Amino acid sequence: MGQYFSLSAASLLLASGYAGARSVLEPAGAEAQQIAILFWVMLSGGAVIWLGVVGLLLHSALFNRRRLAEKSASSIILWGGVVFPSVTLCALLAYALWLMPGLRPFAQASSAALRIEITGRQFWWEVVYHPSQGPPVASANEIRLPVGERVELTLKSADVIHSFWIPPLGGKMDMIPGRTNRLSLMATKPGIFRGPCTEYCGTSHALMAFSAVAMEPEAFRSWLAAQAIPAEGAGASGGALFLRHGCGSCHFVAGTDARGLIGPDLSHVGSRATVAAGILPNTEDAVARFIARPDLIKPGSRMPAFDMLAPDDIRAIAAWLRGLQ
Amino acid sequence: MRLIPREIETLWTLFTAPVVWVAHFLVCYIGAAIYCAKPELVGLSFSAVRAGIAAATVIALSLIALSAWLAWRQWGFGTDDPPHDDPTRRDRTLFQGFATLLLSGLSFIAVIFTAMPALFLTECIR
Repeated sequence: MGQYFSLSAASLLLASGYAGARSVLEPAGAEAQQIAILFWVMLSGGAVIWLGVVGLLLHSALFNRRRLAEKSASSIILWGGVVFPSVTLCALLAYALWLMPGLRPFAQASSAALRIEITGRQFWWEVVYHPSQGPPVASANEIRLPVGERVELTLKSADVIHSFWIPPLGGKMDMIPGRTNRLSLMATKPGIFRGPCTEYCGTSHALMAFSAVAMEPEAFRSWLAAQAIPAEGAGASGGALFLRHGCGSCHFVAGTDARGLIGPDLSHVGSRATVAAGILPNTEDAVARFIARPDLIKPGSRMPAFDMLAPDDIRAIAAWLRGLQ
Repeated sequence: MRLIPREIETLWTLFTAPVVWVAHFLVCYIGAAIYCAKPELVGLSFSAVRAGIAAATVIALSLIALSAWLAWRQWGFGTDDPPHDDPTRRDRTLFQGFATLLLSGLSFIAVIFTAMPALFLTECIR
């Protein structure tokens, strides 16, 4: 059983490799593009000013050490110390403010074709897709978006303050209990990106992440349609063990009697890139280790340990979950 | 009635510009917050809120400019250079005038920065 208990650093590294790009400076979304441009404008402006100040310092220290007349010194202070910074700050503020309407493009509530409702929980993400047509589709710890289409995200929290961020796609937004925050994202390139929780939310805050998958619109639509119906393997034998050991009182699996709403929806858990909210690769071994001792892998997690089950049962459940594609 | 106030010596004139800045800040932020929380209560469009902020800004900048002009006068229109640190009545007056002038400059820029979002934001949510 020892193999289930060990949380090896190697598996964490492997998981982070699975989660894909995470830099705000490699934008793959319209909003992130603007943020990256803002960053480069600020950086180059700052660099020019820094070079100017250091150049002036070197000039006066090394090459021109004579005293300035008081009048010209005062005018350097007035122009270089008051007028120039005020005008520069004014221009940078105007530029940043001018960008803001573009980062919040929705004029009316739900004007986007697809709305995704994401609720932060200690320490995972509840995800519900609300397409303009058809019923809502529930998922967890993974967000998929169609490339080239603007998606509206409704961000909530069920317990404490979390913060939602997919660096290559757009800016950061807090998830605050009792409030609904809205964020708009438009992916411009397909890819898998990592989204970490960016507001300290408890013991396993650093272990709370998700993967965001930007897909071609056609592939996205067929994926969403497949998510709306139970997975093919839902009726297989591991499912009976899942129900017999009470997993269904917390987890929902479409097409079975598992109707719990406390933990993540597992209807299609096998199709996700990662498990345990972005920290483990989605392999049978990792799933089995998590079932046995979630408290070791994710301290503070509300899921109890199931290491009293026979290892074969745990492995059968893990295999069944992996099959829920 | 005089249009420009007589020169008086009191510390209170020092605070005029920052107080105008505070008042302008509160009018803009509280006004926009009330409108965006209860637009039906106010019954105006967001353009009216922006126009209100513009009007408040013009008034605030005019008051600060007046305070700056009075300070400049108190400073003797720049005839003497700082630091005005002799223990004399004259230096005290000049020092206060100069400090008031600098505070007016700061408040002037701050009022512009406070009002700038209204130039770009066209709705409550964006």
